[in-house]
Amino acid sequence: MDAFQNLGFWRTLLVTVVLSALPLVFILLYALVTIYLEMKVAAHVQDRLAYMRTGWHGVLQPIADFIKLLQKEDIISVAADRKLFILAPYIVFMGTYGAYAAIPFSSIFIGAQIDLGAFFIVAISSLVVVGILMAGWASNNKWSIFGAVRSVAQMVSYEIPTVLAILVGVMITGSLNLQEVTKFQAGGIQDWVIFGGPLPLLQKLLITPFTVITFLILFVASLAEVNRTPFDLPEAESELVQGFFTEYSGMRWALFYVAEYANMFLVSAVAVAYFLGGWGSPFGETLSGPVLGFFWFVLKGMVLVFLQIWLRWTLPRLRVDQLMYTAWKVLVPFLFVCIVAIGLILVL
Amino acid sequence: MIETKSLPTQYASQPGPVQTSSGKTLRTDEMIINMGPQHPSTHGVLRLEIVVEGEIIIDVIPHIGYLHRCFEKHAEHMTNYQQVIPYCDRLDYCAAINDEHSYVLAVERMLKIELPERVEYIRVVMAELQRIASHLIAVGTFGIDAGAFTPFLYAFHDRELILDLFEMTCGARLLYNYFWIGGLSHDIPPQFVDKAKQFCTYFRPRIKEFNDLLTYNEIFVKRTANVGVLPKDVALNYACSGPMLRGSGINWDLRRDDPYSVYHKLQWEPQIGKGEMGTVGDVWDRHIVRMREMEVSLSIIEQALAALPEGNVQAAIPKRIRPDAGEVYARTETPRGELGFYVISDGSGTPFRVKARAPAFVNLSVLPAISRGCMIADLVLIAGSVDIVLGQVDR
Repeated sequence: MDAFQNLGFWRTLLVTVVLSALPLVFILLYALVTIYLEMKVAAHVQDRLAYMRTGWHGVLQPIADFIKLLQKEDIISVAADRKLFILAPYIVFMGTYGAYAAIPFSSIFIGAQIDLGAFFIVAISSLVVVGILMAGWASNNKWSIFGAVRSVAQMVSYEIPTVLAILVGVMITGSLNLQEVTKFQAGGIQDWVIFGGPLPLLQKLLITPFTVITFLILFVASLAEVNRTPFDLPEAESELVQGFFTEYSGMRWALFYVAEYANMFLVSAVAVAYFLGGWGSPFGETLSGPVLGFFWFVLKGMVLVFLQIWLRWTLPRLRVDQLMYTAWKVLVPFLFVCIVAIGLILVL
Repeated sequence: MIETKSLPTQYASQPGPVQTSSGKTLRTDEMIINMGPQHPSTHGVLRLEIVVEGEIIIDVIPHIGYLHRCFEKHAEHMTNYQQVIPYCDRLDYCAAINDEHSYVLAVERMLKIELPERVEYIRVVMAELQRIASHLIAVGTFGIDAGAFTPFLYAFHDRELILDLFEMTCGARLLYNYFWIGGLSHDIPPQFVDKAKQFCTYFRPRIKEFNDLLTYNEIFVKRTANVGVLPKDVALNYACSGPMLRGSGINWDLRRDDPYSVYHKLQWEPQIGKGEMGTVGDVWDRHIVRMREMEVSLSIIEQALAALPEGNVQAAIPKRIRPDAGEVYARTETPRGELGFYVISDGSGTPFRVKARAPAFVNLSVLPAISRGCMIADLVLIAGSVDIVLGQVDR
């Protein structure tokens, strides 16, 4: 961002707007692709074809869906709290979109070069919880309230393991700035934090089991953070119908939907930046560079997103108490052990 | 009579005021919410009025009647006995063949007619195919209740093959009107036996696949074991039947204990819940009973196909059916339990009274008793494991 220092106020504003629109464009394109991917993966898991009529293998279907949603009547039920009802989807989307500012898409592109990047992401994506509670409350529907309350309890609980897992990454890389974190692992696949980072061999061998466990826990916790199966209780189809967004329709509903998908990539992006080398090429210097870096980053993120989709169409759902049990009595203690062990190994 | 013990409650909490640490009294209140009649997990138009304290259920009150069609009154106003059969189809639309079977059995017992052997064997094959189809719906939708969508489509794929067999035989895929008084509407087509055998060999590994995908899934077991436990004595007192009763460990199957058709000539054993994953009579037990019954049905079908005799598919019966004045109660083991028809004849050409004892209705009555103290998510599973069909509950 130093290059833009002497541009004057208006030009700086223009550059800021253009640069901040880039993640938005990315989110929208990504959402279209992932909705298509989700439907196709679901279909193939279930031994069927999914949409085949709109374009080649139905590739235009997400666009058709999007246009349909744009045209839909905007329904706000009479008993709803109008102001909150209208505000809620924007807050949810804001929380997600804001977090994209600190995501290092490539070696030359990061929205905001802040030193507390990871901290910023965790903090601002907590805004989503407020939006969800708002949506559930404003809908004035008992089932929606259930969804919202479950969602808040779940996301607040699972933030603990997520943050602890990120803390492990911070301990090894020594930075909260995701750009720095990525540069730390630039040496190729053997230098990724999931395999112990660029440490001396003995330390690396000792540390690897713990980092792998931490990564797995981060992945599980991130599933709960974004309300995906097996932690999709807030929108448990068979109990709460759609949870906190049952009463929403048209574009407001689409905003929730896009925010959910954007969140899926967000949590994957954090995991990729801290554990899987970010935009770094798995082959070290070969096949690296700003554009290829973007490719690697998106590829790694999409692999994790694919895993989330795969799990969703395979597993049943947990119950509320089992969900809390998993967070507090399984994930958190394991992470404490990992943190202590990794700390000791690093001090050695 | 066995005494009803107080039911185990898992998350027992007492509603009422809560004392905070600062000494203030917080008033807590129960909330009443409606599940249904439009709700994905009530399997039709059942309305459950739920009293909850947080997520914990204090009471459940089922409200039924949204699908009432005056079946029994209709039956009295037909021009003859045969015309009741299509109405029987519509009782339990997931297992229409079994409904017909019960009714024609009642009328045949009134007429005291002997059926050709071939009819009985074909009836057994059809009834067991229908049982598999019905259980597939039950376990598939049960997977959805637990949050797993994929098993549902696996189940429906296989059910489709059974419906193809039915379509090949009588042209209908859901409501067949296939069992007639004294016989069948059509003989089976020549290629039916081979196709049915092919289905049996295809379907056995699929049951195992389904079990791997859902039944023995760690999360699924965690969700269903020790949930909605229906103790033996409660099951008996509420007159539960079918997989509900057998899931609670009571070895009672009308196909063996009140034999009809040719079930007594075939080798098979009823399946009961053994509490492998938790307590006897929990939701998982009812699920596994259905899974195992499908395997049993396969073996019955194979035996019946192997022993299928040649012959006529219609007994000689009078053109106008006029049973002697009297009454009869005939019952069969349908996928949901004991379906009985109590038919009274006054000697005329139409039944004086037809009363259907619907297993889904009787089994549903136990729902409040086993749901108290559970969570909302459990209630969905318990209702799924009761396997109600609202067409039969409301009649």
